[in-house]
Amino acid sequence: MTEPEHRLTRRDLFRLGLVAGPAALVAACGWDGGPSLEPRLRAFSRLNDWVGERLLLSPGRLAKEYPVTARTPARDFPSYSITRNDTGAFPAAPSQWKFVVGGAVRKPLTLTLDMLMAMPSETYTVKHHCVEGWTAIGSWTGVRVSVLTKMVQPTPEAHYLRFDSFDSDYFNGWDLKSAMHPQTILAYAHNDRPLSPLKGAPLRLYSPIKLGYKMTKYLTAMTFTSERPGGYWEDQGYPWLAGI
Amino acid sequence: MESAAGPRPLVKRHHGLVRTAHWLHAVVLVGMIASGLQIYGAFSHFGIRGGSFPLPNPLDGKPIPHWARLGGWLAGGLNWHFALAWPFVITGLVYLGFLAASGEWRSLLFGPRDVGPAVRMQLYYFRVLKDHPPQGKHNALQKGAYTFIVILGALSALTGFAIYKPVQLSWLTSLFGGYELARYWHFLAVWLFVGFTLLHIALVVLVDPASLRAMITGWYRGRFPSHD
Repeated sequence: MTEPEHRLTRRDLFRLGLVAGPAALVAACGWDGGPSLEPRLRAFSRLNDWVGERLLLSPGRLAKEYPVTARTPARDFPSYSITRNDTGAFPAAPSQWKFVVGGAVRKPLTLTLDMLMAMPSETYTVKHHCVEGWTAIGSWTGVRVSVLTKMVQPTPEAHYLRFDSFDSDYFNGWDLKSAMHPQTILAYAHNDRPLSPLKGAPLRLYSPIKLGYKMTKYLTAMTFTSERPGGYWEDQGYPWLAGI
Repeated sequence: MESAAGPRPLVKRHHGLVRTAHWLHAVVLVGMIASGLQIYGAFSHFGIRGGSFPLPNPLDGKPIPHWARLGGWLAGGLNWHFALAWPFVITGLVYLGFLAASGEWRSLLFGPRDVGPAVRMQLYYFRVLKDHPPQGKHNALQKGAYTFIVILGALSALTGFAIYKPVQLSWLTSLFGGYELARYWHFLAVWLFVGFTLLHIALVVLVDPASLRAMITGWYRGRFPSHD
């Protein structure tokens, strides 16, 4: 599950410099770097993750909130799903849907939607940033990940979070710093209504400090781990942190 | 300008660091632009979804040709872009540091006193003035161009950071008018770079081919002075 660590060495930097030149010119073929260079690029991506998480991410800085009048019309707000890519339909929740909070914790929990909705909630209207470059504004309501975290009491081995879904094999790995951010929530409502299957019903992760693909939809579980979990797109090469 | 005095002396014109920075930037910039176009292709529009955008984009919705892209797909483009950003920014900072430390900036920075000479230089190129106006290492138009390209480099990096971390660096993003506008300025910088480079190459070939050798070896035997 966890990919091998790519360490960045001085030689890698030098090689990248050497290769960047011809490589840039080989852009002529829409080249992706090939099997020899692609791992080096991923090493840089990990370096950028480190900078993004350790140096740039401020635990208390809040993403700007917008008035509800700024909401993007539903028809203009795209929705993606792996299941839909494969079958043409957004995935439907299993009949006995429950949300499992576990892993490296002292008090694992299994929650129903009603239990989640009875907990203290957060509502905000924020801008959604997609890795593709588009943006849209929407309102989201849910429970802070940090609130659930306090309830389950993670052990000292808990360094990451893994969010699983019933959308094919989609999942995401998260750093704890971003997960504990006050605007990182498990959302069950969008624009004052229960989530539709397009938006990840019955429960999805939402956070305006991450790109859209980090916000796991159709959630089934949230697991504290000691090893860094990858992710559906992350394992294929997309930046792991994707913090904005 | 072509004086009758025998063969001109070979003079040292560019420090090794300047030459290295020049060619490194040239190469890295090609990669930055190609990977940037790959990224742009994932959503080839500007403005928030469902909203209007006040500025024109002749390339709206147009596919970017395969030969102009680097990375193979969006993730590859992103990884190339964010890796090459390191040498792009570091080389730029080293270059600026060198200019500051060496005093070389004096022959490159366009200032108010260069306005008059720049006009005369332009009139010469338009063949209104017959004689080439006197100049130091660079004429006033060159100073304008080289000052512009440094500012453009800085703005392309800053608008890049503004759209890379629009929440953590929200002050920077706001400075450029918000995420959607910052993304537009970042894209506009591409075409200014491309325009500059084409003009730059044309002028080297047409006006001072000896300057190409100077930028490769450092040594210059051409028609212009190498010091102010």
